[in-house]
Amino acid sequence: MTAATVTARQSFVETTARATVTARKIAFSFRNVTKRFGDKTVLQGIDLDVHDGQFVAVIGKSGCGKSTLLRLLAGLDRPTSGELVHAGETGDQKRTRIMFQEPRLLPWARVGANVDVGLTGIARGAEVRQKSLDILAEVGLADRSEEWPSVLSGGQRQRVALARALVGHPRILALDEPLGALDALTRIEMQQLLERIWLDKKFTAVLVTHDVAEAVALADRVVVIDSGRIALDLAIPMERPRRHASPELAFFERQILDQLYQQKTP
Amino acid sequence: MSRALQSIGRSAIGWLLPALLLVGWEIASRAGVISANVLPAPSAVGAAFWKLLLSGELLENIRISTLRALSGFVVGGAIGFGLGLANGLSALSRGLTDTTIQMIRNIPHLALIPLVILWFGIDEEAKLFLVALGVFFPIYINTLLGIQGVDPQLVEMGRIYGMSRSQLFTRVILPGALPSIFVGLRYALGIMWLTLIVAETISASSGLGYMAMQAREFLLIDVVVLSILIYALLGKLADALARSLERLSLQWHPAFQNV
Repeated sequence: MTAATVTARQSFVETTARATVTARKIAFSFRNVTKRFGDKTVLQGIDLDVHDGQFVAVIGKSGCGKSTLLRLLAGLDRPTSGELVHAGETGDQKRTRIMFQEPRLLPWARVGANVDVGLTGIARGAEVRQKSLDILAEVGLADRSEEWPSVLSGGQRQRVALARALVGHPRILALDEPLGALDALTRIEMQQLLERIWLDKKFTAVLVTHDVAEAVALADRVVVIDSGRIALDLAIPMERPRRHASPELAFFERQILDQLYQQKTP
Repeated sequence: MSRALQSIGRSAIGWLLPALLLVGWEIASRAGVISANVLPAPSAVGAAFWKLLLSGELLENIRISTLRALSGFVVGGAIGFGLGLANGLSALSRGLTDTTIQMIRNIPHLALIPLVILWFGIDEEAKLFLVALGVFFPIYINTLLGIQGVDPQLVEMGRIYGMSRSQLFTRVILPGALPSIFVGLRYALGIMWLTLIVAETISASSGLGYMAMQAREFLLIDVVVLSILIYALLGKLADALARSLERLSLQWHPAFQNV
């Protein structure tokens, strides 16, 4: 069995999850995608449809191929076989942004100028400045646009990277463990910020993470990858905002951990 | 107010040691510990300075030497920078030229002086050629190293955001290579003076090195010492200029903040 969709217990489906409310347009599809590096198969026969505006978390042990999946999605690598279909208008692939574990800010550009990078080829002149300032205000850094990145904290740098990714209004935001290097408290703050902005902008979010609690706290749907295949595809039909460490979330966490460590669900 | 005084104090502290040396040297000369035939007193050197300054000879020689140094620097620096860029950006260009350049680099450029005199005589071209050759290598190597050392993650980021090749160069690669390029620049300035002094001492009919050699022939030891001191000051001046340029263009660098 390569994929299993586990529906949540009836008691958790009291309220309709956001994913079912939004129009069920497909944002992108992986069709039988395989990726090999040399003779090592990293992803094998991946089939995945993600709806427009859905928040998908991809989880797995390190080396399972989850980051490769994201790089394929962002167009940084090409599949060895199979295809990746971006639905919607042409140029959608260009509107896919990726955020990494490291903020990857230009140290020689001020915060505002770093956000401007996100508008390369999209806007020009005074419009760029205004858009950058607006998005910086949304991530809570309105007054830091003239600072050098080196004076910011790790969490603030990652917020600048988020602003840079979002300023061009991407349809799809790919997140490659963007909170992995942050301390636990900053991470929770960032999760809330990410959720708020996602609810506001309605883009499709694909979050690669190794943190099961983070995945169930943020995502509509959790995809578990094991040895290059989709081992579990789990819907999380929970109302937002979600409370950290609530028993309902713990139920989903348990299912994912069981799958990861190959134990039987009781 | 006190902060301004502090900053003056910080920059003055570097001059404390040279000033003490000068005072000690003067005292030793006056006491007869140092014979005037070996090393004239600073006051004697000062007198020689004043005399040469009034006659206009000193300024003329400084002007000629500076002009030579700078023109050699511009020629050698431009070629080194250009080749460093080309070899940093293109594997083909690097494969084609790097081996040759590394081979030439291992010849001490001052060893070419006899050959250069045969080629160019003792005219301006000879000095220009030697300075340019000496300056070329530090600029070339550090430009190349700087470009190769640019964080590939930042380059990938630039590509993802759709930067064109020229945008990638001006916004990511060049600024990333700049700290290393400045190291090359400062090193090259030192080599520039060194080469020029040697070249002028061996063969010239004007300039600071020539002035020192002339003075040696007439046993004017105060002028010889004066020339050496002027070299030290000019070298320091060039380095200070490079440093302020560095500070200006590397404001983003944590090493240049709050200093």
